[in-house]
Amino acid sequence: MMLDKVKALIAYYEEVLSMPHRQEIAREHRDEDDLFLLLLYSEMIGIPNPVYYYTLELYPYMIEKFHDWHLRMGMEKSPMSGIRCC
Amino acid sequence: MNAIAIAAIGIFIFLLGYRFYSKFVAEKIFRLDPDYVTPAHRFKDGVDFVPTNKFVLWGHHFTSVAGAAPILGPAIAVYWGWLPAVLWVVLGTVFAAGVHDFGTLVLSVRNKGQSIGTLADKLVGQRAKILFLFIILILVLMVNAVFAWVIANLFITFPSSVLPVFIQIPLAIWIGHAVYKKNVKMLVPSLIALAVMYAVAILAAQVDFLQIDLVGYMGGEEGAGLFGLGAVSSAFFIWILVLMGYVYIASTLPVWKLLQPRDFINSHQLVVGLAILYLGLLFTNPEITAPITNPNADDVSWFPLLFITIACGAISGFHGLVSSGTSSKQLDKETDARFVGYLGAVGEGILALVAIIAVITLFPTKEDFLATYSNFQEASAGGLGAFVQGASQLATGLGIPAEIAATIVSIIVVSFAATTLDTSVRLMRYIIAELGSEYNVPALTKTHVATTIAVVSSAALVLIPEGPQGFGSGGYLLWPLFGTSNQLLAGISLLLISVWLKKLGRNYLITLIPMIFLLFMTLYAMVQQVLFEWAWWGDQPSSLLFIFGAIIMGFAIWIVITALSALADTKQTIDPIE
Repeated sequence: MMLDKVKALIAYYEEVLSMPHRQEIAREHRDEDDLFLLLLYSEMIGIPNPVYYYTLELYPYMIEKFHDWHLRMGMEKSPMSGIRCC
Repeated sequence: MNAIAIAAIGIFIFLLGYRFYSKFVAEKIFRLDPDYVTPAHRFKDGVDFVPTNKFVLWGHHFTSVAGAAPILGPAIAVYWGWLPAVLWVVLGTVFAAGVHDFGTLVLSVRNKGQSIGTLADKLVGQRAKILFLFIILILVLMVNAVFAWVIANLFITFPSSVLPVFIQIPLAIWIGHAVYKKNVKMLVPSLIALAVMYAVAILAAQVDFLQIDLVGYMGGEEGAGLFGLGAVSSAFFIWILVLMGYVYIASTLPVWKLLQPRDFINSHQLVVGLAILYLGLLFTNPEITAPITNPNADDVSWFPLLFITIACGAISGFHGLVSSGTSSKQLDKETDARFVGYLGAVGEGILALVAIIAVITLFPTKEDFLATYSNFQEASAGGLGAFVQGASQLATGLGIPAEIAATIVSIIVVSFAATTLDTSVRLMRYIIAELGSEYNVPALTKTHVATTIAVVSSAALVLIPEGPQGFGSGGYLLWPLFGTSNQLLAGISLLLISVWLKKLGRNYLITLIPMIFLLFMTLYAMVQQVLFEWAWWGDQPSSLLFIFGAIIMGFAIWIVITALSALADTKQTIDPIE
């Protein structure tokens, strides 16, 4: 009985603590999704997709992530001849 | 007089205020509706708008608003004796702070969860919004200067607190990394961090070479420091530079890296601090040795300075920013506002109350109290030190040695102050950027330009030497200006609530009276200080204080005019059934 109360108290305390954390995580997720959708649909709403223009400039920033990505996707070598990360 | 009795009476009045006054305000004036669809449900997005259990929301609200300010203000204000300070904290919380925090929460909930700044524009007009921005700008500037001074002051007085405070930074970064990158639950890492900090504190309190005592390194208080300054001035100068360098980095990092994880640790510290103080109070059962009213306090009158010396703890405009910024977007039911808003203010009142008790039970006799609190200047400079010692004396009742307790209490205060400093430098950066885009100065919108301006202006303000004692001697002089700008912010919020209530055709006296009271006190105090003390024809001429005081006085007059015209123009225009 007492133990349950203590557990409930700890759960409550943890929830108070994690409130801003949950919010920040959700915000990061939403920002990523927003960017993703924008990149997907930008041309449909009349905004030129910056990805095409700036791919070369983005290269140094995304090369590591790209490498991790194609490894996760089960491709040992870079699938694109234009991006040679390995 | 027995201190437990004072605490019990104070808390009892808080509870009466919650049980009866807040019920009256919530049901008869604001007429809260349990079926009203709150923004948390209406705009539910899983990020900002999330319906949250009222207990959880209260916990979050309380830990966001409680900090070092409700400790420092009361620790200075007991100079006029304990009764005025206790009365203002208790009555201010019940009739002003509670209604203000609760009112801003409801106002925001009834207006799509918008913040006070946006509501100022909507309810009163563009002028009110600009006024609001400037008041916040001056408030954060004061916060930066005052809290940097508070931290430097504690580092110099309690050198054992330096190391544990700095240990907190890598620990917080570690928690941030564990929680956000590895998805570990945060309770355990943050408790480990707290344990490490306190272990270092216990070590540092007993081992001399772990104490970073800059004054000691330069040969004690009489020693010579840098550039021909005294040792204390040099130590202060170094700490301010270190702190400003630190906040520059801290406030430009993403919040999850340092600020948030440090908040997790600080939430524990708030619980630990309150527990030490109240349990210590119960176990030591101390007598109050400070006088009821100080017969020797004839240099600075309590009226009206008491009401701006204690800002947070009695009423604080900063709470309105939290109420309308985050809490209003997460309120599950409108009727929860009473619990979250009003009890949030009561929580801070309880902290301020125990801060008063720690100081007034510290001294063995009344004469000792009067010797330490010999004049207002001494009270302002030494109040915080007295609180730390008083709190550690209470902690001895729990079997904690006084040395260790003093180190831990000073760490708690420094941690609160550092988080406030970090947040307010960040806020200042945003405001400068907003003003930059408003007035077409694109350079100001750059992060590093805005941060540099924020940090340099804050450092300049706190470093400007006052009097012959050099750096750091005058930092506490800014405290009343901080209190004033905080009260003015509360004044604007109360005005907005009054205008809104009037538009609804309700009785708006419950917010109008605290507003008039606050504006009267701040104007009175500023006229007295600016025209009769700080002006070049005054008793203690100081061009810096004169300029800032005059600016704040100008704002106060501006608010009074805005209030008069807004309330005169307002007619019942909102359909109450909306």
